[in-house]
This record gives sequence, structure tokens and C-alpha cells, in this order.
Amino acid sequence: MIHVPLEYFLAVAAILFVIGSVGFLLRRNLLVLLMSIELMLNAVNLTLVAYNRMQPQNHAGQIFAFFVIAVAAAEAAVGLAIVLAFFRVRKTVRSDDADLLRN
Amino acid sequence: MNALELGFFGICALFVIVGGIATVGARNPIRGAMGLLASIIGIAGMYLGLAAEFLAAVQIIVYAGAVVVLFLFVIMLLGPSATSPRDARSAIPRYAGAAIFLASAGAALVMFIQAGGRAVHGGPTAFAEAPPTLGTIEAVGRELFTRGIVPFELSGALLLIAVVGAVAVARGKQIDPTMLAKSEAVAEKGSAHHAPSPREAASRDAVGSGKAPDKELKEATS
Repeated sequence: MIHVPLEYFLAVAAILFVIGSVGFLLRRNLLVLLMSIELMLNAVNLTLVAYNRMQPQNHAGQIFAFFVIAVAAAEAAVGLAIVLAFFRVRKTVRSDDADLLRN
Repeated sequence: MNALELGFFGICALFVIVGGIATVGARNPIRGAMGLLASIIGIAGMYLGLAAEFLAAVQIIVYAGAVVVLFLFVIMLLGPSATSPRDARSAIPRYAGAAIFLASAGAALVMFIQAGGRAVHGGPTAFAEAPPTLGTIEAVGRELFTRGIVPFELSGALLLIAVVGAVAVARGKQIDPTMLAKSEAVAEKGSAHHAPSPREAASRDAVGSGKAPDKELKEATS
């Protein structure tokens, strides 16, 4: 039986990473920025697991993806806490308004 | 190629890409969070196709069960101000972004088609049969607790620090209730002669506006 080849997974991961990076660069809503980071981390995870499937004698890629998931969860918690603290100061979540240190 | 496997992959890819576009393009962040959820579920399905059952379960539990719910809590805590107003910037950066995206997506599509052509002829990128232990909880757990024990313990410390940091950052400045009563008594006594100082008024304002979100946040994090 021939499985779905590696490049299909890599193509989906690449498209998802591009979607996430474009969203991170173009959107101005802090919540959407954090979600875009999650999308990019998921794309990297998909690449790691797909390459692990090419080397089925060990689990290095899957273990790495596991740690990436742990770090992403920590990043989401701290990032959302920062968004809440920022909202308490400026009453908005637009990243353009985060300019207290500019002048 | 197995038609069933390819169909499952296609459905998952559709979920991932449509969910990703919805996440990035939605004006309402709640719709964005729902798109993120669809994207995550599609990726979990792809993990199943890649013989990573344990990671698929972890993906559903951690992302769909914790991260997306945390996003929804924060969006609902912020209320209508979580929705960004109309973007006032010029259209050029948006068109540039769309052009970058289309160019990258076109390159990925070319790669996709070439991969399909090679896989028909049994090209070098087709996966070999996986051993039945690949990606099971037993195998991943053995690896995690033998070779990866140090980073595993360190990630536990990282998560603890992240929880403490998130609580400390989101909690903000707390006002001691005994100090509050004292300052109110001072303000009452002095109100016959002069208006309360701006500092006292500001601290009272902060208490009035900051109390309700703090209470909700504690419920959300507990």
C-alpha cells in the first residue's frame, strides 16, 4: 500500500505557515496576532511529525513536537495575560496603540 | 495511492487551510478562534495519518481543550472592544501581503503537483510501512522518560513559571482593602473642607473599574 507522500504534508504545512505569518504581519488586533503565532507553531509541528514518519525507527520529531506544544501553551497563557494587562491600561487591543515607550 | 487515505488527507487539509484563512481574515475574534479550532482539528487528523496517535490526542487536549478555550475566555472578558475597528491604513501593505501569500501558495502548489506526479511512479518520497509501535503512547512515553527526561522535567518547570507569570501579569495591581477603608475615612473627614485629592479619586476609580474583570479572571483561571 502506498501512503500519502511526504510532500503533501509539507505543502499543507507551508501554506499554513504563510497564512500565519501574513496574519501576524498584517493584522492589528493583538488577539489575532497570538492566534497567528499558534498557526505558525502548528505548521512547524506538522513538518516535524511528517519528517519523523520518514525515520520511523525513532521518535525524535514527535518528541520535539510535544515540547513545542508545551511551549506554545505557555506562550498563549503569558501572551493573553499581557493582552489583558495592556487592555487594562489602554482600553483597547489594537497593537498600534501600544506606543507608551515611543516618545 | 489508497483512495480512502487520500480522501481523509484532503478533508483534513481543507479544514486546516480554510480554518487558517478564517483565523487570519475574521474581523470578529470569536470567528477567528473558531477557525483556529478547525485548523487544529485538521492537524490532529493529519497526525493520525502520520502514525502519531499520541500527538493527535495531545493536540486535541491541549489546543482544542485549553488554548482555544483560553482565547475565548479572554475575548469574552474584553467584550465588544476585542473586535478591531475598521483598519485605517493604506491599501498598499494589504495588497503586498496578499501578493506574498499568493506567490508562496503558488510555489507550494507547484511542489504539490510535482509530488503527486512522482508518487504515482513510486518516487522516493513515498513513506515506507511504519512499525506498529511508531507514535503509540507506550513508545513515545518510553522515549520521553529515558532519552528526553531532562527536557521533560525542564518543560514542567517552564509551565510552572508560565502559570505564575500569567497570574502575576494578568492580576495587575491589587489594592489593600484595609488601606482603602482608611483612605475613604480620610476623604469623608476632609470632604467638609476640601474635595478629595486627585490621587484618592484615581485610586477609587481604579478599584471600581478593575474589580469586576479581576473576579472573572480568577474564575477563568481556576
